[in-house]
Amino acid sequence: MRNPHRTQKIAFFLLLLATLLIVVPVGLIVVIIIQKGLPGISWQFLSDIPRQGMRAGGIFPAIVGTVYLVTGAIVFALPIGLLAAIYLSEYSKDNFLTRLIKLAIVNLAGVPSVVYGLFGLALFVVFFKLGASILAGSLTLGIMILPIIITSSREALESVPYTFREVSLSLGASKWQTIRHIVLPNAIPGVLTGTILGLGRAAGETAPILFTVAAFYLPFLPKSVFDQAMALPYHLYVISTQVPNVDEKIRYGTAFVLLALVLFMNLVAIIIRYQFRKKKKW
Amino acid sequence: MPKIQTNGLGLWYGGFHALKNVNAGFEANKITAIIGPSGCGKSTLLRVFNRMNDLIEGVRIEGDVLIDGSNIFDMRTDLVTLREKVGMVFQRPNPFPLSIYENIVFGVRVHNGRVKRDKLDEAVEQSLKSVLLWDELKDRLDKPALRLSLEQKQRLCIARLIAVRPDVLLMDEPCSTLDPQATARIEELMRELKASYTIIIVTHNMQQAARVSDDTGFMLLGELIEFGRTEAIFTAPRDKRTEDYITGRYG
Ligand SMILES: Nc1ncnc2c1ncn2[C@@H]1O[C@H](COP(=O)(O)OP(=O)(O)OP(=O)(O)O)[C@@H](O)[C@H]1O
Ligand SMILES: [Mg+2]
Repeated sequence: MRNPHRTQKIAFFLLLLATLLIVVPVGLIVVIIIQKGLPGISWQFLSDIPRQGMRAGGIFPAIVGTVYLVTGAIVFALPIGLLAAIYLSEYSKDNFLTRLIKLAIVNLAGVPSVVYGLFGLALFVVFFKLGASILAGSLTLGIMILPIIITSSREALESVPYTFREVSLSLGASKWQTIRHIVLPNAIPGVLTGTILGLGRAAGETAPILFTVAAFYLPFLPKSVFDQAMALPYHLYVISTQVPNVDEKIRYGTAFVLLALVLFMNLVAIIIRYQFRKKKKW
Repeated sequence: MPKIQTNGLGLWYGGFHALKNVNAGFEANKITAIIGPSGCGKSTLLRVFNRMNDLIEGVRIEGDVLIDGSNIFDMRTDLVTLREKVGMVFQRPNPFPLSIYENIVFGVRVHNGRVKRDKLDEAVEQSLKSVLLWDELKDRLDKPALRLSLEQKQRLCIARLIAVRPDVLLMDEPCSTLDPQATARIEELMRELKASYTIIIVTHNMQQAARVSDDTGFMLLGELIEFGRTEAIFTAPRDKRTEDYITGRYG
C-alpha cells in the first residue's frame, strides 16, 4: 500500500488546482477589463451620445437601449415564467403533457442564442410586422430567459415545505389562497434571484438582438417601443470589429460598463439569496 | 347522536387497503383516543374526517362518515366549510414563518375575507387566552412565530385552529415532540378544551390515552379492533389483541 496521507495530499492538491483554474480566468478578465476600461470612464462617457463615427463621445444611447431591452424582457418573461412555474409545481399532474412541457423547457435552455435571434426575426420582426424594434428585441430576449425564470421559480416554489401547504389547506384555505398567501411569499426571494440572473443574461447577449432591434449607430434615444435602439453588447461588437481605429479606452470602457452591469445584477441576486438563507429557519 | 359517525369506512392507497370497515361514533365534548402500533392507519383515519386524504393521488374511500348527521363525502359537502368545522393539529408544531399575530389571523381571514382590525385583535386575544398563551405573548405578537419554544409553537398552532371556530379538533400525536412537562400541560389544555370541542387524538403513548381520553379505539392493520370507554379498554379489554397491545406485547 502507498502512503494514504500522500495520496490524500495529492488528491487535495489536484482538486485545489482545478478550482483555481476556474477562478483564474474570471479574475483575469475582470482585472484586465478594469485596468484598461476604468480610465475611459467619465461622466461624459456615460451620458453623451457617440460622436465622430463612434470614435469619440459616450455610450449613453447604448446604456439606455440595454436598460429598455432588459426591462421589456422581464415585463414579458417574469409573469409568464412565474405562472408557468406555479402551474408546473402546484397544479400539474405527472402526465404526458407535463413531461412534454418540462422537456420543452430543458431544450429551450439549451438553444444557442443566435437561434433565438433568427426566431425573433422570423416571428416578431417579420411575421408580426413589428420590425426591428425594442418590442421585438425584448420579446426575443424574454423567450431566451424564460427557462431560467421558470426553472428557478419552480425550485423556489418547491423548496417551500409541504407542511405549510397542508396546514393552510387544513385551515380551510383554498388551493389558490394557499399559493397566494403561503407559498408565494416564501418563494419570492428565489424567484427574484432567478429573475435577476435572467436579467444579467439578457443584458449581455448580442445574438438575439442582432436582427431584432440593435441599431448600428443611432445617436439619439428611442421614442417608443417600436423604435430601434442601440445596446451595449452589440455596440461593443461594432466598435471592436466593424469600425476601425476606435480608441482602446472607448472599447474597454464599454466592456467595463457592460461587465459592471452584469456583475452588479449577479451581486444583487447573491445578496437577496444570502439574506433569505439567513432568515429562513424551517 | 355522536358528533362523528363512521359506517363501514374503508380506504385504499392505490392497491393498499389501509382502513378496513371502521365503525365508530365520536362523541361531542369528549376526548377520543386512537391507539395502535405504527402503520396501523391512525393518521389515515384522522385525515378522513377533514378529507385531507383528498390531496393524495390514488386514494379510494368507501362507506360513510357522518358529521352532525350529514355525509362528508356527499357531493354537496363544501371542503372549505368542512375544514372550517373540522380542524387539525399536526405532529410537528408547524407555525407559518409569519408573526404570532399573522399566524392566528390567517384562518380568520381565509374564512371571512377582509376583517376589521379590532375583530382580528379580538380573535387573537381570545384564541391565545384559550391556549393559555396570552399573558406570555401579548407584548410580542409581532415577533416571528418560528422563534417560540416547541411547546409554545404547538399551543400557537392550536390557537390558530381555534381562531377559525371549529367544532372538532383532530390531533395527530400533538405531544410527540414535547418533553413530559410540556406534554402534561398540553393534556391539561385538552381537558379544558373538551367542554367546547369534540377532540380526537392519535397517540403512541398509552399512558397519555389513559390519562386524557374518555373513549379509546384500538387499531391494528387498518382495522378498528376495539372501541369503547377508556377505562373499559384499559382494564377489561374484550379482544385478546387489545390486551396484548396494552400490556406491551406489540411494541
Ligand atoms: N400516501 C400514502 N400512500 C401509500 N401508503 C400510505 C400513504 N400514507 C400512509 N400509507 C400507508 O398506510 C398505512 C397507515 O399509515 P398511517 O400513517 O395512517 O399509520 P399510523 O398508524 O398513523 O402510523 P404512525 O403511528 O407511524 O404515525 C401504513 O402502512 C402506511 O405505509
Ligand atoms: Mg401517524
